[in-house]
Amino acid sequence: MRYKEPRLLTGGDKSIFVEFGDGIDPELNQRVRRLRLAIEKKKIPGVTETVPAYRSLLVYFEPLAINPRKLREILFSLAESPESEALPESRLIEVPTAYGGEYGPDLAFVAAHNGLSESEVIQLHTGTPYLVYMIGFVPGFPYLGGMSSRIAAPRLETPRAKIPAGAVGIAGGQTGIYPADSPGGWRLIGRTPLKLFDPGREPAALFGAGDYLSFTSITREEFARIKADVERRAYPVKETLMTRGEHENP
Amino acid sequence: MKILEVIQPGPLTTIQDLGRYGYQQYGVPPSGALDNFAFRVGNLLVGNDESAASLEITLFGCRLRTLKATAVAVTGADLGATLNGNPLPTWQAIAVHSGDVISFPRLNSGCRAYLAFTGGLDVPLVMGSAATCVRAGIGGLEGRPLRRGDILHAAAAAPMGRKLGVPREYLPVYGSQLELRVRLGPQDDYFTKEGINTFLHSDYAVSAQSDRMGYRLDGPPIRHKGKADIISDGIPSGAVQVPGDGLPIVLLADRQTTGGYTKIATVISADIAKIAQAMPGNRVRFRQVSEDEAGAALREYERAIGDIRHLLQDTDH
Repeated sequence: MRYKEPRLLTGGDKSIFVEFGDGIDPELNQRVRRLRLAIEKKKIPGVTETVPAYRSLLVYFEPLAINPRKLREILFSLAESPESEALPESRLIEVPTAYGGEYGPDLAFVAAHNGLSESEVIQLHTGTPYLVYMIGFVPGFPYLGGMSSRIAAPRLETPRAKIPAGAVGIAGGQTGIYPADSPGGWRLIGRTPLKLFDPGREPAALFGAGDYLSFTSITREEFARIKADVERRAYPVKETLMTRGEHENP
Repeated sequence: MKILEVIQPGPLTTIQDLGRYGYQQYGVPPSGALDNFAFRVGNLLVGNDESAASLEITLFGCRLRTLKATAVAVTGADLGATLNGNPLPTWQAIAVHSGDVISFPRLNSGCRAYLAFTGGLDVPLVMGSAATCVRAGIGGLEGRPLRRGDILHAAAAAPMGRKLGVPREYLPVYGSQLELRVRLGPQDDYFTKEGINTFLHSDYAVSAQSDRMGYRLDGPPIRHKGKADIISDGIPSGAVQVPGDGLPIVLLADRQTTGGYTKIATVISADIAKIAQAMPGNRVRFRQVSEDEAGAALREYERAIGDIRHLLQDTDH
């Protein structure tokens, strides 16, 4: 899965991809984050922005400030270096979620599809931390890994025209949260009152690549109370630090 | 201070600057002026920093009333701009008075004009930028296109000193046949040799489904070796994405920050402004260039802007 050595791919005249392997796994994703940290620490002149993804880092640069050949050399040696950066401990962020009913109209389908009861689906969905591999697609959307295959479910054949922000869904073997009202075909099992993206908040995005999140089941009353606090920007998002190695090291 | 009132916004008029950087890691598109050259020159003409917030006016129909005596410059597309009904010279600084009406009634060439004001437009910065991203609902005026009755503010206003213009040799020509220079990659190895040939040697037509996010092109499908899907990764500006149907999409400033389709090539930064001014039906051809050629093209592009900056400064004194 991991390449013998990192591949450097061309992204036009102002960006380079550093790709570590072919697959979705936490070890490759850690390498992406390590490289990102190493680039930040090294403060390479001309590097303007980096975008982490599952198994690659996109490095934007200003070619009039740094020669692309020189930058490739630097990136390659940083990416290969066995003395790579130690990652800080990951945050584990709690995502309170109201399951079923109007908040999760497809919970019954997901349960029946897998021969489980609704409460078993909730138990499986809340019972594990999910790695945020990357953020993308739309502002604040986390690409999550780690869902139990026992609650996998196919997408809707006809997508819904409007899914509300905060909807928690399942598509195939993946789970996700919609950051904003949008159309979509995921099976909806619940909804969180948290705002994944709020441009007026610092930081605007609730999650970053390398965070973990866990879902906790809340009641309708708790949903309403948390939502009111979130609206007033008065809800303290619950986060703890994960002990390194606990979930990341294979 | 109040500088401008929107009489008619036209189909899409937004506040832009040079973009929002550092937030793609959170899924926030960079946005910013699609035609970087016209935008920067507009600001230089009115004595601003290149990045000052200005208007990006798309297609025709926009009408604006000035509320203060100041200097403005219209650059970019030729939308038949008029000042109080008389032709308004473009690519030069123009004095306006309170109550003047600036209109953009026609599509002559290109599709995005820029209107810069002395002092730049004054809006709250979101994540360090004034750029509007309508898709994300952020930046500019409440994250939306301008509406009738909107009042815009400027950080300053200054009546014009001397008339300043850009020499003709520096002005871009927005033609109906475009050649876009590309660097192959990052996923050119997902395509057959025949597919790469199709991409580099066919005429593509700009489709009507083209906007600030990206330009969809019609033409011969580009053949993949196998699948068109990849494990999602970042998307640079100018990336030429080819989904399963084989038709290329050139992704621009409001693009999604990551995606799961193969990217056969990337348009070099010096040529992004060309596609940004293209209209449905225009013909596009891609030409592969080396890293050195791309570097030389960028240096030439920046040299032109540097020359204009110096010319304007010299005229000013």
